[in-house]
Amino acid sequence: MVEPRSIVEFRGVTVRYGALTALRDVSLDLRPNEILGIIGPAGAGKTTLLKTLNRTVELIGGAHVAGTVLLDSEDVYRTRDVSRIRRCVGMVAPLPVGLPMSIFDNVAFAPRMAGVRHREDLAEVVERCLRQAALWDEVKDRLDQLGTKLSGGQQQRLTIARALSHDPDVLCLDEFSIAVDPVTTMRIEDVLKELRSTMGILLVTNLVQQARRLADRTAFLLGGELVEVGTTESVFGRSPADRRTFEYVHGMFG
Amino acid sequence: MTTKRRPQRSRLSRWGEFAIEMLIRACGISAVVFVFGIFFFVIREGWPFLVGDLNLGEFFGSTQWYPDSMSNKRYGALALIAGTVSVTGLAMLIAVPLGLGAAVYVSEFSHGRQKEALKVVIELLAAIPSVVWGFIGLVVLNPLIIDLFDVPVGLNVLNGALLLALMGVPIIVSIGEDALKAVPDSYREAAEAMGATRWQVTWRVLVPAARNGLLAAVLLGVGRAVGETMAVLMATGHAVNLPTSVFDSVRTMTATVAAELGEAARGSDHYCVLFVLGALLFAISFVVNLTADLAIRGVRRR
Repeated sequence: MVEPRSIVEFRGVTVRYGALTALRDVSLDLRPNEILGIIGPAGAGKTTLLKTLNRTVELIGGAHVAGTVLLDSEDVYRTRDVSRIRRCVGMVAPLPVGLPMSIFDNVAFAPRMAGVRHREDLAEVVERCLRQAALWDEVKDRLDQLGTKLSGGQQQRLTIARALSHDPDVLCLDEFSIAVDPVTTMRIEDVLKELRSTMGILLVTNLVQQARRLADRTAFLLGGELVEVGTTESVFGRSPADRRTFEYVHGMFG
Repeated sequence: MTTKRRPQRSRLSRWGEFAIEMLIRACGISAVVFVFGIFFFVIREGWPFLVGDLNLGEFFGSTQWYPDSMSNKRYGALALIAGTVSVTGLAMLIAVPLGLGAAVYVSEFSHGRQKEALKVVIELLAAIPSVVWGFIGLVVLNPLIIDLFDVPVGLNVLNGALLLALMGVPIIVSIGEDALKAVPDSYREAAEAMGATRWQVTWRVLVPAARNGLLAAVLLGVGRAVGETMAVLMATGHAVNLPTSVFDSVRTMTATVAAELGEAARGSDHYCVLFVLGALLFAISFVVNLTADLAIRGVRRR
């Protein structure tokens, strides 16, 4: 059987913040149309892994990245145009960051920065993304309102709409359900299942059951190292490859 | 029921807290008291002239400023007002773009030791006494302007405005930089993650997010420029004159008060009219602050 080409490949990625090693030699790939769950206790390096993909890790002082990150076979750390790479990745942070501008402008931000000018084109993108993020019906009459005035759950969906606005190949979600109620979480999970048909999704989560519900494959990180990656059934099954995985997913530590 | 022993704070500590609360309350209220006190005093000193011989039409409409004429005293302040407005206005035209640009650079584009060095030097610039600035205007800028622009006098609007701009820039930079620094890093990260360049992030996200602080920075710069006395007294030529170009000498309201108050007999019309000028300066800064306040509120309501 031929392996489908990966859209993201982490090859031996090591990240140091000064003296602290946040990730140690992690190799992992994301295939098209799959949700890859990334689980692990706090400080395992999950967020750092996502940030290496769009190089926002570089905004953290003292961060040093070694190894290779490939996005659509292009080396993220050798590119000349970081902005273009970042537009291929949609990033959703744990706490929603509504930029201090209207709902419309929040979603239209990335297309505008990429050079889209026509109001109709922007309106089309905004509506599509807000629909995809299951927010359109709630905000369609008040697109001029400040994005920061929405409720926490709505803001989180706004950031998802925003992450979709530049039509990314990969969507990264970093513990998106932290600031969101269970009903909204379920709605977003349904959204992700639909999005899977058009992109790859990296889902970092603290809720192991969420990974179990959504992920096709699941990776377990511990202390900056990749313990194992496999199909979600095997990771959550009776006998994952590593004993520590079993203990973590069954709540024995972490 | 058992009585639990809870730790008790001593009477002294509770009294101390009360006393400190009162003290800081007094500090807070004192600002209001002082502002009203100064306003009251300035108005009181100017009052006899204000209700007596003041001819508003002459005061605001005439350039005839002859307060010590023996036969025909005239108090036309138009030229003085025009002097203040022209010097301050030109200074702000120079200082605002320069100051905001520097604030953005220091906050967003410089790093590490360069950033620290810049901040120290800029703060040093703010610490230079205004008489030293006036001296620079007199002996450095004056010949420079004469040479560069081939004009007869270098002590003019341009000279004073350059000095005021240099004095205003450090204020705008340090307050503006604080305002930009106060924008959460998550905005920067979110915007960069969407493929915006550094410049786009700064211009489209950070500056709008920090606009209240940046506006405050600009207005404090204006306040400093309007009220500055010594430098403009020395550098603008001290000629009562309605300027028609930046190379004309002028005299500002502040310089007039400073130069003439010592020679005016207490209680005379001349003495009083100088306090009316002071009240006018006060009113100008009040209007500037009020405008800023309303502007900020207007921005917030959106």
